[in-house]
Amino acid sequence: MKFGIVVSEGPYTHQASDSAYNFIKAALAKGHEVARVFFYHDGVNVGTRLSIPPQDDRHIQKQWTALAKDHNLDLVICIAAAQRRGLLDQNEADRQGKDANNIAEGFRISGLGQLIEMGIQCDRTITFGD
Amino acid sequence: MATLHTVNKSPFQNQTLLSCLQHTKSGDAVLMFEDGVYGAASGNALSDAVAGFDAGVKLYVLGSDLAARGIDAGKLADSITAIDYGGFVDLVASHDRTQNWL
Amino acid sequence: MSETVKKFLYVNRKAPYGTIYAQESLEVVLIGAAFDQDVSMAFLDDGVFQLTKGQDTKDAGLKNFSPTFRALGDYEVTKLYVEQESLDERGLTLDDLQDIQYEDEDDDYAEKSSIIVVSRSGMADVMADQDVVLSF
Repeated sequence: MKFGIVVSEGPYTHQASDSAYNFIKAALAKGHEVARVFFYHDGVNVGTRLSIPPQDDRHIQKQWTALAKDHNLDLVICIAAAQRRGLLDQNEADRQGKDANNIAEGFRISGLGQLIEMGIQCDRTITFGD
Repeated sequence: MATLHTVNKSPFQNQTLLSCLQHTKSGDAVLMFEDGVYGAASGNALSDAVAGFDAGVKLYVLGSDLAARGIDAGKLADSITAIDYGGFVDLVASHDRTQNWL
Repeated sequence: MSETVKKFLYVNRKAPYGTIYAQESLEVVLIGAAFDQDVSMAFLDDGVFQLTKGQDTKDAGLKNFSPTFRALGDYEVTKLYVEQESLDERGLTLDDLQDIQYEDEDDDYAEKSSIIVVSRSGMADVMADQDVVLSF
């Protein structure tokens, strides 16, 4: 079965991204397809490559980047939510005249249409949020 | 055409779990996870309202979130079933839609 | 755009302004309207506060997004289900909500209300009739 996942809370503050991560691993282990993960609201903050958690804690962004690499996942960060919160890829940084980008490997920035498209194309849509 | 409802709030924090239960239909399932697992324990002021909710709705709780919070799975009300993430995935797949009560 | 038409329900259970969920929910609805799906919105619990009239955010220094609800008809989002019990519990009546209308192109563009008041069990029926439920 084809799953679409929404993550709508930021890392560490809320358990949502951890729950989504565990859910996806279990779904993949059962042979389901995870067609896309869409990060919205503060969930976009999962995708910053500048996060430095203490060494005795999990590294949420790196977990997602590794999962995406292992399973060819499509991790999409909402552009409107990202711009509000200061997340940019190089393309957006250039376009907006900013001096840095901060998107981690394995994530891409795109529009809200990707969320709707996911809902249309997937058999099930599940949101992890607050 | 049944629905899986998920609740991730303690019922002592707000009305989300009770609101969810009031919007279920016979044949639906409710999964309590994250802070929602506090709704699954027996012997508290809301246990009767939650565990006693009998409208053809099955109640589940995510075992790993219970364990993380130090809740003894033996303290669950009889009507509530503990599952793992694989069980969560199965519930999503076996219901027509998932409604996440955020 | 897409040949598949699914029933999308956007569930709003949070008050506006204290958190961003209501505002970013509306942004999803407006973008989603371009996909020609069967769209409904549900307002229950504190979500009914989103629809009240007279919101003035000037002194609070916030963006007032409440006028956007009145533009939803232009995006062919014309089914706003509002739960009666949620209104009652909060001491609200229909008169406290904005007048949100759409032009019915199948009825000589007559102006009709987009707000559909339903009971709690009626809201459960609406929720059970969807393909995709997105909650904010």
